[in-house]
Amino acid sequence: MDLGTSLINVALLAMLFVVAVAIIRMRSLFAIVMLAGAYSLLSATWFVVLDAVDVAFTEAAVGAGISTALMLGAMLLTSRTAKSERAILGVVPFLVCVLTGAVLIYATIDLPALGDAASAANSHVGAQYLERVQADTGVPNVVTAVLASYRGFDTLGETCVIFAAGVAVVLLLGFGERSLSARSDKGRSRKESK
Amino acid sequence: MTSHHVILRVVSKLLMPVIVVYAFYVQFHGDYGPGGGFQAGVILAVSVILFALVFGVPEALRAVPARFAASLAAIGLLLYAGVGIWAMLNGGNYLDYDFLVEEAPGGHAGQHLGILLIELGVLFTVSGSMLTIFYAFAGRVAEIRDEDW
Repeated sequence: MDLGTSLINVALLAMLFVVAVAIIRMRSLFAIVMLAGAYSLLSATWFVVLDAVDVAFTEAAVGAGISTALMLGAMLLTSRTAKSERAILGVVPFLVCVLTGAVLIYATIDLPALGDAASAANSHVGAQYLERVQADTGVPNVVTAVLASYRGFDTLGETCVIFAAGVAVVLLLGFGERSLSARSDKGRSRKESK
Repeated sequence: MTSHHVILRVVSKLLMPVIVVYAFYVQFHGDYGPGGGFQAGVILAVSVILFALVFGVPEALRAVPARFAASLAAIGLLLYAGVGIWAMLNGGNYLDYDFLVEEAPGGHAGQHLGILLIELGVLFTVSGSMLTIFYAFAGRVAEIRDEDW
C-alpha cells in the first residue's frame, strides 16, 4: 500500500473516531442523527478506498440516506434531547473495555493482509467465482452475479427480512393514516372557522 | 410548514425526477457496475420521502398511498419467489435461472432474465418496505413544525 492511500486511510479513520466521540458526548438528538449520517458517509468513503464499491454504495444509500430520514421521523415522536447523565468513571466497566480492546487488537495480528491473494476468503470459493463467472452467467459485474445468481437463495432471505421489517412496523404502528385524518379534521375546522 | 419554503420546494421539484432516473439507472446498470435492487429501491424510496418532507406527509400519502407501498413490497417478494417456482416448473432447481428459457448450452439468456426479474423483485420490496416504515413513523405526527427542525 503506497503512502497516499495510507494517509487517506489514517485521515478517514481519525475522522470516524472524532465523529464517534462527538456522538457519545452530544445530547441533542438532531445533531446525533446528523452525525450518524456523516459517520455512514465517512465509512462509505473508506469502503471506496478499500475497493469495495458495492458495499460503499449500499452504505451511502442505506446508512447515510434512508436511516437518517427514518431516524429523523422517529425523533419527531420523542423529545429533542437525551437525558443528561453524570459522568462517573466505573473501574470495572473501564477494565472490561480496555481488556476487550486489547484482545481485539491481539486478534488483528492473525488477520491476512489487505488484498492478500492467499487468504482464505480469496483462495477457495472466491477464486472459483472469478474463474467461472463469465462461462456460467456472462454478467460483467461479479458482485451482482454472486449476489443474484450463485447466492440467489441468500438474497431471497434478505428480501424476506426487509419485507418482514416493513410488516412488523405496520403491525405495531399502522399505515400512517393518522396524519391524514388529523390533517383533514384540521382542514375541516379551518374551513368552518372561515 | 410548506407555504413559505419556496426555495426548498422549487429545488426539490427539480431534484425528484433526477433521483428517480438515477434509481432506475442503478437498477438496470447493476450487471455492469456497482448497484442493484437494494440500492435502487432505497434511492426510489428516498425520492418519495423527500417529497413528503418538503410538501408534507398527507400530500405524499395522496401521491403514493401507504397501501400501495405495502402491496408493492409484497408483490416484489412474490415476484422473487415466483421466479424460483418458475425454474422448478421448467425442471430445474429452485432459482436455477438456466431453466427459465429454452436455449443452447452455454447461453446466458436465462441468467440475464432471472437476474433482471429478481432484482426487480428486490427493488419493489425494498422501496415498498422503506416507504411503509417511513409512513408509519412520520404519519404519527400531524404536522412538522419549523421549530422542530
